[in-house]
Amino acid sequence: MSPAPRALAVPLAVPVIVTGTAVLVAALALGGVAPAYIVSLYGKYLCYGILALAVDLVWGFGGILSLGHAAFFALGGYAMGMYLMRQIGPRGVYGDPLLPDFMVFLNWHALPWYWHGFSHFPFALVMVMLVPGLLALVFGYLAFRSRVSGVYLSIITQALTYALLLAFFRNDMGFGGNNGLTDFKDILGFNIESGRTRAALLVATGVVLSLQYVLARAVTRSRFGKVLIAVRDAESRTRFLGYRPESYKLVIWVLSAVMAGIGGALYVPQIGIINPGEFAPTNSIEAVIWVAVGGRGTLAGPILGAVLVNFAKTLLTGTLPEAWLYALGFLFVFVTLVMPKGLMGLVRMRRRDDVPGAAAAASAAKEATG
Amino acid sequence: MSAEPEGAIGAVADTLLYLDGVSVSFDGFRALNSLSLVLAPGEMRAVIGPNGAGKTTMMDVITGKTRPDTGRVVFRADTDLTKLDEPAIAQLGIGRKFQKPTVFEPHTVWDNLLLALAGDRRPGFTLRARETAEERARIESILRTIRLSDHRARRGGDLSHGQKQWLEIGMLLAQEPELLLVDEPVAGMTDAETEQTAELLREINRTRSVVVVEHDMAFVRALGVKVTVLHEGSVLSEGTIDHVSEDPRVIEVYLGR
Repeated sequence: MSPAPRALAVPLAVPVIVTGTAVLVAALALGGVAPAYIVSLYGKYLCYGILALAVDLVWGFGGILSLGHAAFFALGGYAMGMYLMRQIGPRGVYGDPLLPDFMVFLNWHALPWYWHGFSHFPFALVMVMLVPGLLALVFGYLAFRSRVSGVYLSIITQALTYALLLAFFRNDMGFGGNNGLTDFKDILGFNIESGRTRAALLVATGVVLSLQYVLARAVTRSRFGKVLIAVRDAESRTRFLGYRPESYKLVIWVLSAVMAGIGGALYVPQIGIINPGEFAPTNSIEAVIWVAVGGRGTLAGPILGAVLVNFAKTLLTGTLPEAWLYALGFLFVFVTLVMPKGLMGLVRMRRRDDVPGAAAAASAAKEATG
Repeated sequence: MSAEPEGAIGAVADTLLYLDGVSVSFDGFRALNSLSLVLAPGEMRAVIGPNGAGKTTMMDVITGKTRPDTGRVVFRADTDLTKLDEPAIAQLGIGRKFQKPTVFEPHTVWDNLLLALAGDRRPGFTLRARETAEERARIESILRTIRLSDHRARRGGDLSHGQKQWLEIGMLLAQEPELLLVDEPVAGMTDAETEQTAELLREINRTRSVVVVEHDMAFVRALGVKVTVLHEGSVLSEGTIDHVSEDPRVIEVYLGR
């Protein structure tokens, strides 16, 4: 028979672990057993897990090495930040009933048109997905239709995020310039500083990451996912079979951008600030390293990679901040040379029959031509 | 099968593929020089020629990978292939097997065939597609034809060279093409595998037209079909293998070396 039935099994391990640890950390902090700060710290790791999952979809399964994925994450973050700014109302430093502080400071007298609607949570939620999704749609359509791939595509994704970085630094863009958006007060009427709100945000992040994992797993195990893997390994062959690789890449690219945007939207209320620094090219590169460390093309691996690498970053930047970048660089080189399948490669050493994505990741590059 | 051309126009109704004065140049090098070739429905044709004769370029032109500078490529009397891209030509019913076997290595033999099965190629369909009983039956039947029934669960990358060649031929069958282009199918095969491949191609030819590009003269002789000899981008000689091997021009440029 067909070797398919395994794919139908409900993938419970990752959602249970992710949501379970989120609930546990939230409960420990609320009960006073653990310090309060670990709630938003773990929340941040899980948001990075969402970004890593999004990068794995395009890189691990579609062979598209995006060095600009943090741009989609940051755009989702800005959309949420705009909602949170509008919730401040007249409680800003300048006490303006309508305008956020930075606009008063710039002597603006009216809200720019693109800020309208952001006082409504559902509207902001739609924008969280729509803005990264639309940007990805336009960018992807142009890039994939022109058959831009490999290192050239990576370079233009890097240029994309850098262009956004420069644009968002400008005060007259209307997104708070250098300082970004901060000093948030409430989310959905709850005090954003309170322990219970933070706990709820952490649990929400765990649930969203779990749902995204289930979705990503379903997509990659579908026939669509199999075609996508085929496109990654032998693009020109799929064309002679009658597939249009560019449309497969576009679908996964847009889906991934929307997922990253949602991750950014959960990140901002937990961190309390969004500024242009989130567009920095290094952020996108770090996300690629999390994926490589966890195991490209394994979905669960990149989540694990994001949490572990960021945990290490927290520890190391606390004690030896100047060593962090060297450690990260060393980690990337080490993983690439010694563990091409990442941490999941160690776990799956004796399980040949598992996800086709993991096994082929290493051989993907050499098949790039056809 | 469906070798009947749709909307055929009288004069060329008995033609499946018609290359009409096709020329292709790369940086001044004439890969194809006003090449003309006619293939009848249901025919199997062997194309031979020395390196650089334009065999692979001819395949590239037919499948849309390369656009000719001049000339037409007419499929089923009414479709000019030079106006279409690779996926569109593949969906019209032209399958291609490359010189180097290209199967999807991380996928099982079964999944390789599943992805090749004729059907809707759009993401909107494949996202929701479930394997149907009909698809399973088609795959089972192809597995028997290509003699890989016992290897269905193995990864494409784990197959031997010969098995990969067969899997790729199976993928072509799954596409249900009217015309199959096969580039050096027996390169690197053992004698036993070569013999089985000739048998396989004859079996395929019962329902489909086939163009085989090959270097191996013993293999071409075993196929027992009309032979076209290419030289410097155009047809040098055409006929039975005995006819072309006695043609003095062919002996001079190719066989005599």
